[in-house]
Amino acid sequence: MSDDDKVKDPQRRDFLGKATAVVGGAGAAAACWPLVSSMNPATDVLSKATTEVDIGSISKGEAKTIAWQGKPVFIVHRTEDQIRAMNESPGGKDPQPDGQRVIKPEWLVIVGICTHLGCVPNRSATGWSCPCHGSQYDLSGRILKGPAPRNLELPPYQFVTDNKIIIGKA
Amino acid sequence: MSKHPVIEWIDRRFPFTAFVKHELTEYKVPRNLSYWWNFGFLAGFVLLLQIVSGVFLAMHYKPDAKLAFDSIEHIMREVNYGWLLRYLHSTGASAFFAVIYIHMARTLYYGSFRAPREIMWWTGQVLLLSLMATAFMGYLLPWGQMSYWGAQVITNLFGATPIIGGDVVVWLRGDFVVGDATINRFFVLHFFFPFLICGIVLVHLVALHFVRSSNPSGINLRAEENISLHPYFTFKDLFGLGVFLIIFCAFVFFSPDFFIEPDNNIPANPLQTPPHIVPEWYFLPFYAILRAIPDMLGGVVAMTLSVMVFAAMPYLDRSKIPGGSRYRPLYRAMFGVFVLDIALLTYVGAQPATDEMTIIGRIATTIYFSMFMLLPIMSKKEEAWLFVRGLPQEVMAMIAEEKDDDRRRREKDRRKNERRREQE
Repeated sequence: MSDDDKVKDPQRRDFLGKATAVVGGAGAAAACWPLVSSMNPATDVLSKATTEVDIGSISKGEAKTIAWQGKPVFIVHRTEDQIRAMNESPGGKDPQPDGQRVIKPEWLVIVGICTHLGCVPNRSATGWSCPCHGSQYDLSGRILKGPAPRNLELPPYQFVTDNKIIIGKA
Repeated sequence: MSKHPVIEWIDRRFPFTAFVKHELTEYKVPRNLSYWWNFGFLAGFVLLLQIVSGVFLAMHYKPDAKLAFDSIEHIMREVNYGWLLRYLHSTGASAFFAVIYIHMARTLYYGSFRAPREIMWWTGQVLLLSLMATAFMGYLLPWGQMSYWGAQVITNLFGATPIIGGDVVVWLRGDFVVGDATINRFFVLHFFFPFLICGIVLVHLVALHFVRSSNPSGINLRAEENISLHPYFTFKDLFGLGVFLIIFCAFVFFSPDFFIEPDNNIPANPLQTPPHIVPEWYFLPFYAILRAIPDMLGGVVAMTLSVMVFAAMPYLDRSKIPGGSRYRPLYRAMFGVFVLDIALLTYVGAQPATDEMTIIGRIATTIYFSMFMLLPIMSKKEEAWLFVRGLPQEVMAMIAEEKDDDRRRREKDRRKNERRREQE
């Protein structure tokens, strides 16, 4: 081998090798992003992110279940007696004043998914009771007894008019 | 350099380092391989690309006659990067055939199918058939007009089977026409065939690493003329991959519809055939051969033969002169005529079946098969002629060596037989 064939500056070659590997690796990683991204909700699924509900048809004391992002949301038009009872009770193992759980006291809007393992609670005389493992919630959606660790979740929502709310947008 | 303790731990239980060394980093490859030897690696890459894009497409696709077409639209419009997944997969199918056809052409040109590489050639033939079946079944899945009528016509070909033809067609479709049962089973098989393909690729590679790569000279090189796969050919392969990806991405991003028939954007209609149906470009030569034969059974047989005849190449080519076309002007000329003839058949296959086209198609079909039929005679005649005319020293030496080997083997057999006779 003649002198010309010898590597004169091996560090330069190392740098080129490493730089190529880094650029190539970054390119390969970037090429994987569309694959990962394709598993996220598609735009037609995302379009279900907000739901408008006309609550004018729910009379006092009645409840309605609607679907928001495919999940059941309970909307209850509470009576004065029920509001007073809820105000007086501090809740169960996850205490929270009723006032913090509603925008307007006569309207309770909660996600109808038990915080234990995700079943949908049924209406009971005092609120809701979960058929799966017996968790009981009051008319503010607060956990009273049973295995569920937290109160029923509150979805973000706002009043568009007095008779219309939009769920999914705070 | 000392080994990492984890590698050390594995090596005591599994031949990891030894395997990588023997089959990859220090695997010996002829130093004179040209870029025509890149296409096996590229085929492996496209296979991987098709499997990955296909798996992600399958997460959104619905194999149902009522839902399939809309689910493709859903992938195109609503799934994040769904358009990219689909165009990678549809362009990937064409790229796969392009790469495989070049890979085959190289093998034919350089005579790499000859002993001892027959098993490589035949596993390659099975891979080609599996690829064709997978591509055909995948083409039905978008459930457009071309998909539908392509599947209808191709499944009908099996109707040419004597006596039970009609039953076979119904059995294949699971319905009296291509229908819901058909698309469901085609989806399952389209997903399953790549498992088979991967298995056969493994056999193909084991055979390759046993007989080693052929090379453009056709002469087995001395040990010192072989160099390590890594880094010499890993980098040559990566450079080739870069060139391939530039061309591939140009289609995917700038002309993704290039390989998609416009009629396939119309949902399948079992009551109306499009005015002019054409298969995908990679099936055109075989389609032209099918149409060239007036008899239905004859056409199907001719088309099947046109694909399967390649398997006979190790026996059709009887010349002992190594190097495929390199030292064989006649074989090279036949190869050239064959490639041009395939180009002509591709053109004919894409045209409507007019009288004129039918005649051209028949001539091209005759040339196609006569190349194979003439080969046994031509290769022998050429060999005799070349011996008279003279060949390069190293070629003669190699032929002599082969003859020597033969003689020695016969000698050994003779002695073994004698000894056996003496013992008796």
